[in-house]
Amino acid sequence: MTDVTLTKKDFTSDQEVRWCPGCGDYSILSTVQSFLPTLGLPRENIVFISGIGCSSRFPYYLETFGIHSIHGRAPAIASGLAISRPDLTIFVITGDGDALSIGGNHLIHALRRNVNLKILLFNNRIYGLTKGQYSPTSEAGKVTKSTPIGSLDTPFNPISLALGAEATFVARSIDTDRKHLTEMLQAAAAHKGSALIEIYQNCPIFNDDAFLAVKDGDTKGATLLQLIHGSPIKSETHGVILENGSMKVVELSTVSESDLIVHNGNNPDPSYAFALSRLSSSELDHVPIGVFRDVARPEYSSMVNQQIADVIAKDGAGNLTSLLASGDTWVVN
Amino acid sequence: MSKTVVPLHQVSIRFAGDSGDGMQLTGDRFTMDTAILGNDISTLPNFPAEIRAPQGTLLGVSSFQLHFADHHIQTPGDAPDVLVAMNPAALKANIKDLAKGATIIVDADEFVPRNLTKVGYETNPLEDGSLDGYKVHPIALTSLTVATLSALNLSRKDAERSKNMFALGLLTWMYSRPTETTEKFLTGKFAKKPDLLEANLLAFKAGWNFGETTEEFSVSYQIAPAKMPAGKYRNISGNTALSYGLIAAAKQSGLQLFLGSYPITPASDILHELSKHKKFGVITFQAEDEIAAVGSALGAAYGGAIGVTSTSGPGLALKAEMIGLGVMLELPLIVIDVQRGGPSTGLPTKTEQADLLQAMYGRNGESPVVVIAPATPNDCFNMAMEAVRIATTYRVPVFILSDGYIANGSEPWRIPSEAELPDLHVEFAHTEENFMPYSRDPKTLARPWAIPGTKGIEHRIGGVEKADQTGAISYDPTNHDFMVRTRAAKVAGVQVPDLQVDDVTGDAKVLLLGWGSTFGPIAAAVEALRENGQSVAQAHLKYINPFPKNLGDVLAKYDRVIVPEMNLGQLAMLLRSEFLKDITGYNKVRGLPFSTTEIIEATMAVLSD
Repeated sequence: MTDVTLTKKDFTSDQEVRWCPGCGDYSILSTVQSFLPTLGLPRENIVFISGIGCSSRFPYYLETFGIHSIHGRAPAIASGLAISRPDLTIFVITGDGDALSIGGNHLIHALRRNVNLKILLFNNRIYGLTKGQYSPTSEAGKVTKSTPIGSLDTPFNPISLALGAEATFVARSIDTDRKHLTEMLQAAAAHKGSALIEIYQNCPIFNDDAFLAVKDGDTKGATLLQLIHGSPIKSETHGVILENGSMKVVELSTVSESDLIVHNGNNPDPSYAFALSRLSSSELDHVPIGVFRDVARPEYSSMVNQQIADVIAKDGAGNLTSLLASGDTWVVN
Repeated sequence: MSKTVVPLHQVSIRFAGDSGDGMQLTGDRFTMDTAILGNDISTLPNFPAEIRAPQGTLLGVSSFQLHFADHHIQTPGDAPDVLVAMNPAALKANIKDLAKGATIIVDADEFVPRNLTKVGYETNPLEDGSLDGYKVHPIALTSLTVATLSALNLSRKDAERSKNMFALGLLTWMYSRPTETTEKFLTGKFAKKPDLLEANLLAFKAGWNFGETTEEFSVSYQIAPAKMPAGKYRNISGNTALSYGLIAAAKQSGLQLFLGSYPITPASDILHELSKHKKFGVITFQAEDEIAAVGSALGAAYGGAIGVTSTSGPGLALKAEMIGLGVMLELPLIVIDVQRGGPSTGLPTKTEQADLLQAMYGRNGESPVVVIAPATPNDCFNMAMEAVRIATTYRVPVFILSDGYIANGSEPWRIPSEAELPDLHVEFAHTEENFMPYSRDPKTLARPWAIPGTKGIEHRIGGVEKADQTGAISYDPTNHDFMVRTRAAKVAGVQVPDLQVDDVTGDAKVLLLGWGSTFGPIAAAVEALRENGQSVAQAHLKYINPFPKNLGDVLAKYDRVIVPEMNLGQLAMLLRSEFLKDITGYNKVRGLPFSTTEIIEATMAVLSD
């Protein structure tokens, strides 16, 4: 805890922010800058590590420690730092190309190990920095510079992927919904272990209005299925029920409130969160938003350091002279 | 019956068998028993990449060569004096390497038609006269072992597995080695398997007794201890010495050691070794791939640890981009490359020196790093500490180029006392106003090592070009040119010791210049050449980037410079381009260390030119 209360301004660096006008990254940055003081941590104990892409410029704009690293590798660098410096609070900033394409391997392994990293995945469903090629989350058939007659790839569902990778905390939010995003950041920060937040982020230049359905005042109320622990899963017009063992989105008018599934983010069964993750299609007819899964599992860095502490408690700290002279030795006079 | 004991000055023995026959263990044990007697030793393990190649085939032969002497030696020996062959494949694969009149001990039980046919022997070499020039001892190792263990409740297969211990016992008798250390070793190894312990001990003793009593062997041999500097010794391999050097460096610097690694032959033993030493606070992280391995090491270095990654050639190729980031971030990073045959998967278990140019230049952009190379297994200890000294002083990636030969080969090592170790204390950046992450120490050109957790110096770094001083993103052409030159100047200015030249008479016209693991065979060749009245100088480069400051003068002094390398001339290329000096390369890429003989011949060709 710091002796002085910090403000958003304290977390704002002197660097000029260089995203395109209207980029969703601006609102995420502003939300994060406002959120950081609420952690009550000294700035020097916070580190932001990013890869490559528009979103990965993020650390430059925060008055904390930070590394703008190389494409896809932020979770690897952050893992090394987290394991050797468990005193730090580390955020990874990544995008759909960075995390799910070139860096997919590092993401899934960081999640399965449960390293204490808060991973913010800005999903704009497009490659922005390289000027508009399709990404691993672009919808099939997407016409881009590299797919002039449509993408043939089946997209990843980042939430499903994270759950498949044994993630202990998985959430989804939206760039412009400051209140909801702040709640997700707080929940992720409170979680011990790796936490992934997929943030729908608008790229006004190469994929504008990709998330219109979840942002437009006319549609979002119906589209967004709110995941609130202990509450029925529903939007303003639809709800989620269990039918023949599968989750199904139905109109609220066709069921009674008691038929709806009551959300349990702590459900130890990952298939529950996985089923929720499958309710959203790339057409965004229905989109669950909130914390899909938040379960406890030992955090990696603390286990690594516990092993060391246990060995030292049992055998004593290492003695270099004894180590060098271990095994069979002989003396020459 | 009392037998004759004949004194010898040196012997080179090769144990060879199927990769499942336990030849590496047998060789290791014989090495330890020999080391304790105070002989100088050099070893060469040689094994196939397949864990268990088809039994009895040439592909599956694994061997361990050991040279020991009553004087200082440099190599495992060109031509073994003794071959222990556990089957026809082992005989066939090794016979061409043996010295004239060598002693061959074979497991006669294995020389049956089926096994002979498998390796293409049309007649039994034990009977057809083809081994007439050798002293051949066909011994029924398998059946003698099985008979020895008949009282135990073991399957025949399990009993047969102890035949390597029978062979070891026999050789232990033959060369008057002590039995206690192997007995102690077995007791420890099989502490939880008393039946296997008993079997191995019985087989070992039976082998010893067999030598003592049978008329097959009328003499045994003795090799007096070598004259070595006073001190406490142990036997050590290059990979172990590197690991110990890193632990020692952590102690001497007061920093935590972090190894990020991905398993790869022949570097994995560094990961294994360091994983054992948690009580020194060592963190080992087996990453998901080579990139994450070096990435995690760089992340740990950013946090103030000694970040190390260990790999071999193919892994190094994958790490290139991250090492470039290390160059840009100007953080200490240790990259260990235990070289093996390449390109691609190449020869995973064989040695080579063909990653030198990859280490020097295998990254995008102007990306200078420090490159150093240990000369012997022992030297790995000191060079690991040197790597840490340079990396932490100059905040730069440092490569240690080892190779399969010195990584797995071993020799006696005089154990240093802690008082002999260098002080590697490092200063991190402190809290200050207007902190400049890319300001520089005028002497070293190093930027501050500014670790998270330090109040008031929060800053951002990254792979995009940095502005001088502030470290902010900069696309300014002049700044980029300045930074490229500054990073180069920093590496060029790293203080390394002058090159020592061994030129006893001072009138040599020819210099033999090596680097890395070729030290042993070159030194042995130089010794032999001088005994023959030839005048040659020898020098060995352990610092390749930057080169020692006196290297140009050294090269200029000699009419001819011969550079033996296990590649097609990579150091020679660097020397030519740096010093405009013609170099005579001697290059072989057979996956094996040079023999002394071939270096003598190559040097004689130049001397008589």
